Amino acid sequence: MTSTRLSKGGRIDRSKSVRFTFDGKAYSGHPGDTLASALLANGITLFGRSFKYHRPRGVFAAGTDEPNALVTVFSGDVREPNVRATELEIYDGLVTRSQNRFPSLEHDFMAVNQLAGPLFSAGFYYKTFMGPAIGPLRGTRFWMFCEKFIRRAAGLGRAGTAPDPERYERMNAYCDVLVVGSGPAGLIAAEAAASTGARVIIAEERPIAGGSLLASGETIDGRSPAVWAREKAAALASLPNVRFLTRTSVWGYYDGNVLTAVEHVSDFKPNRTKGQPRQRHWVIRTGKTVLATGAFERPIVFPGNDCPGVMLADAVRRFAVEYGVATGNNVTLFTNNDSAYDAARTLSLAGVNIVAIIDVRADVSGTCRDIANVAGAELLLGHAVTGTHAGKTLSSITVQHFNAETGRVSGAPREIKTDCLGVSGGWSPAIHLASQAGGKPEWDEDLQAFLPPEPNQNWVMTGSASGYMDTISVVSDAATKGSAKSRLVLPPVEAPMLDASPAPVFQIEPSAKSQKAFVDFQHDVTADDIRLAYREGFHSVEHLKRYTTLGMATDQGKTSNVPGLAIMADARGISIPQAGTTRFRPPFTPVSLGALAGERYGDLRPHRLTPMHDWHLANSAKTYEAGLWHRPMIYGSHGETVEQAYVREARAVRQSVGIVDVSTLGKIDIQGPDAAELLDRVYTNMFSTLPVGKARYGLMLREDGIAFDDGTTWRLGETQFLMTTTTANAGTVMQHLEYYLDCIWPDLRVHLTSVTDVWAGTAVSGPKSRALLEACVTGTKVDNDTLPFMGIVHGKIDNIPVMICRLSFSGELAYEVYCGAGFGTKVWEALLAAGQPFDVMPYGLEALGTLRIEKGHVTGAEIDGRTSAHDLHLDWMLSKKKPFIGSAMLEREGLTDENRLSLVGLISLDNQSITGGSHIVTDANPREPADSFGHVTAACYSPALGKYIALALVKHGTSMIGNRAFATDLLRGKHCPVEIVSHHMFDPEGSRMHG
Amino acid sequence: MIIKCPYCGPRDVIEFTYQGDATRTRPEPGSADQEAWNRYVFDRTNPSGAHREFWLHGGGCRQHLLVTRDMTTHAISSVAFARDAVKSATGERK
Ligand SMILES: [Zn+2]
Repeated sequence: MTSTRLSKGGRIDRSKSVRFTFDGKAYSGHPGDTLASALLANGITLFGRSFKYHRPRGVFAAGTDEPNALVTVFSGDVREPNVRATELEIYDGLVTRSQNRFPSLEHDFMAVNQLAGPLFSAGFYYKTFMGPAIGPLRGTRFWMFCEKFIRRAAGLGRAGTAPDPERYERMNAYCDVLVVGSGPAGLIAAEAAASTGARVIIAEERPIAGGSLLASGETIDGRSPAVWAREKAAALASLPNVRFLTRTSVWGYYDGNVLTAVEHVSDFKPNRTKGQPRQRHWVIRTGKTVLATGAFERPIVFPGNDCPGVMLADAVRRFAVEYGVATGNNVTLFTNNDSAYDAARTLSLAGVNIVAIIDVRADVSGTCRDIANVAGAELLLGHAVTGTHAGKTLSSITVQHFNAETGRVSGAPREIKTDCLGVSGGWSPAIHLASQAGGKPEWDEDLQAFLPPEPNQNWVMTGSASGYMDTISVVSDAATKGSAKSRLVLPPVEAPMLDASPAPVFQIEPSAKSQKAFVDFQHDVTADDIRLAYREGFHSVEHLKRYTTLGMATDQGKTSNVPGLAIMADARGISIPQAGTTRFRPPFTPVSLGALAGERYGDLRPHRLTPMHDWHLANSAKTYEAGLWHRPMIYGSHGETVEQAYVREARAVRQSVGIVDVSTLGKIDIQGPDAAELLDRVYTNMFSTLPVGKARYGLMLREDGIAFDDGTTWRLGETQFLMTTTTANAGTVMQHLEYYLDCIWPDLRVHLTSVTDVWAGTAVSGPKSRALLEACVTGTKVDNDTLPFMGIVHGKIDNIPVMICRLSFSGELAYEVYCGAGFGTKVWEALLAAGQPFDVMPYGLEALGTLRIEKGHVTGAEIDGRTSAHDLHLDWMLSKKKPFIGSAMLEREGLTDENRLSLVGLISLDNQSITGGSHIVTDANPREPADSFGHVTAACYSPALGKYIALALVKHGTSMIGNRAFATDLLRGKHCPVEIVSHHMFDPEGSRMHG
Repeated sequence: MIIKCPYCGPRDVIEFTYQGDATRTRPEPGSADQEAWNRYVFDRTNPSGAHREFWLHGGGCRQHLLVTRDMTTHAISSVAFARDAVKSATGERK
């Protein structure tokens, strides 16, 4: 193969040059070139090594169906593997490398795999790595041992490890008609749809419109088809109701006419405009879809077909017409259909020398004969290519007589010198998207191809994608499919009269001495592999695919699918439609993970900040994220550890007073005549008896009796309650209540409003909390008579209206002060000022956690979706006077099992910290931990007890109290002796809270 | 999948939360029929074909909808406000 740039032709801009590198060497091309066309123009024909055998491979196709020419693109530290050279537009400074070779493309050590060919046959991995039945490498362990060597030897490009600094965007679009593809069918269909006023989106995966027209030798409307397409596309793009997307690959077709696409916005540019994303991901919801996706040419499988220089006939034509590149000095064509003659005609006009056309058919039309004659090509009818001769690239082919009826090869081999062989085995409509949408394709005898199925959503297929293989019928079909109402005047087309039906020849079966005949180039699956799979009993196409990996590579079998099926059908002695086809699944082309993630990570993730957030940051708070919330963990002083900080804060609360931001608690305003009734049904305890101006602690269960959430609910009026939920469950509890009101008890007259963000909340805790409030609250007293435990008062702090409830999470005398969110910081600062005489200390979540662990109060770590009220010693909250959600399930077998875990406290006996998640075991030997009978849910250092303590869920919990055990954490290598105690570790009588 | 909310109009499924099988009947709150409760809490049908289910339009009007959806094609044949549908169904039973 000797590829060169032709002296004229192509849509490249020859006045400018573009510099890029491939495997460290500098080359130049022109704007408009792909990496493949530019390298071919530079005489480079070896692009990579194959997957299993490391055979030299050249360019095979010219577009998205390319199986061989995959490269890795480097930009800075970021590498993108498996990019098709046939689609990669070159730009100044582009850095690319070939793949799957070691140490270099020219000299590859792994090419010895070729000698071991039989070892790598179908099912190789399954057979070889089952391993012996016994011994250290038994069963799949052998595979695990070998895997790291195999992974290096085989495989496609390596993914990068550096973070991707690029930006990706996500876009939602709506239209009446989405047209996929902008070849003749797409353009006409879009024009027809747009003429009726419909909102139209056209998505074209290539940089410019035109599809097959870009390499056509026909004439449309008196112009070259490429010019006609350019003008038509420009006219369409200028319409207000049309959006024309180029470099946009539609890759998925989902239910409800939702399609997904990736637009390459800037990754083909040397200098990107600031703020431009690399790629944009589109989710397009369309009324109707027009699939004008064209057709893929498929090869004929023959011995020696994988050497560089053997290509698809249409690819030879496209490189010549679109890029002005001759892929050989002496080109031969091998075909079973007329389209290769159209290619010959166009190639000859472009200045490419055609030596011979080898056709498996015994006879062809006069038009074909004329074309061969004009092109000066020898016409070998009833012949087939039966072998190739190649060093690094093709130098000659062997041809023999061939009977298309019997499939038999006969006669003496004849050698023809050629450096490029273009093969055409017919065309397969690109039905991938329709297949994804769920339709079963139907086999067409005439075209020897799978045609689109009956639509199961509102879509139509048109053009060669629906089996129209000549431009005249494509155009008239597309006008009707675009819109039945349009009255487009169709452009006149001048084209040679050719027949669309190929001879049903898919392979030239190799004789005993023949070279390998490849079906799937990317995964190195040969025709013999398929026959072997058949002999070993893998008959169904789905089994064939998985056993041989046929069609499972990044090209998803675009060229290999139908030939592979044909060979299997032949081996089984059945027809191709009887053998069936596999269903295509998304994505149609590879999609980068960055494009899928879009902006849903990093900076654009929503952040929830409390009204006092800025104050926290300004006062040395270390924060962490709890869900979307940012909450102070500790207020650290210089040189202090996290433990020292929370111990200092918790100690201050027990000794004097502290304040903590509790604005993140979920808050739901519940109003209506039946509000109390609703609460009685959703809480396990009674709320209808709660007097106005009082709060009550409540527990909710799920229908299955498992604990769901807890919190206090305040009765603000006869028909008005303020419910608080845990921070984490705020949304879920709201949804839970809404569900019951909408779907189960629609007769209840209750209205719910989420008011989480309306109120700022501060808890004031500690023996001096009442004194602190007395110093700043006006308009109400806060003494024990006016504000008893669980009482609510309204007053003012710093002239700001506040609502104060006396309740305690810390076990101390404590209050929660609520004010309008906008006044949060002002009230917070007023509380701090009032607390100065008592050395008030702000405290974070770590201290809050410490205080509650000491008291044995539960949170989400214990209400973990597995525990019951009984497990958490909350039975006292289960009302016997009324049914509630979950009450019917309380006695079910699973919940009354005596082996259930229940809540206990743990005290460290060796003065070491206990880690959260540790398992509770009895064995003192850390190397052989026995059965776990529980786990640690929360742990801390308790300043009140002067010990490391924890809460745990333990089997037979209560009866274990007083026993010793070990909290073992194999990940952190800890094995801590503990004593099991009651979960009420500090002030079990609650005297401090009521004081 | 697009659900046509009777209040908000056609919206993408991303705005909705699946809220379960709508063909079940919750026993009366005080019912002691343990079998009925077990069926209600644990048994679900998975029909091939049309199925009634609740969806919460959390990203929109925050109302529960009663949706009839084909489990094999995801085609939605009807959407109504759950409250109205449940109310009229309960009315019929009474
Ligand atoms: Zn809605």
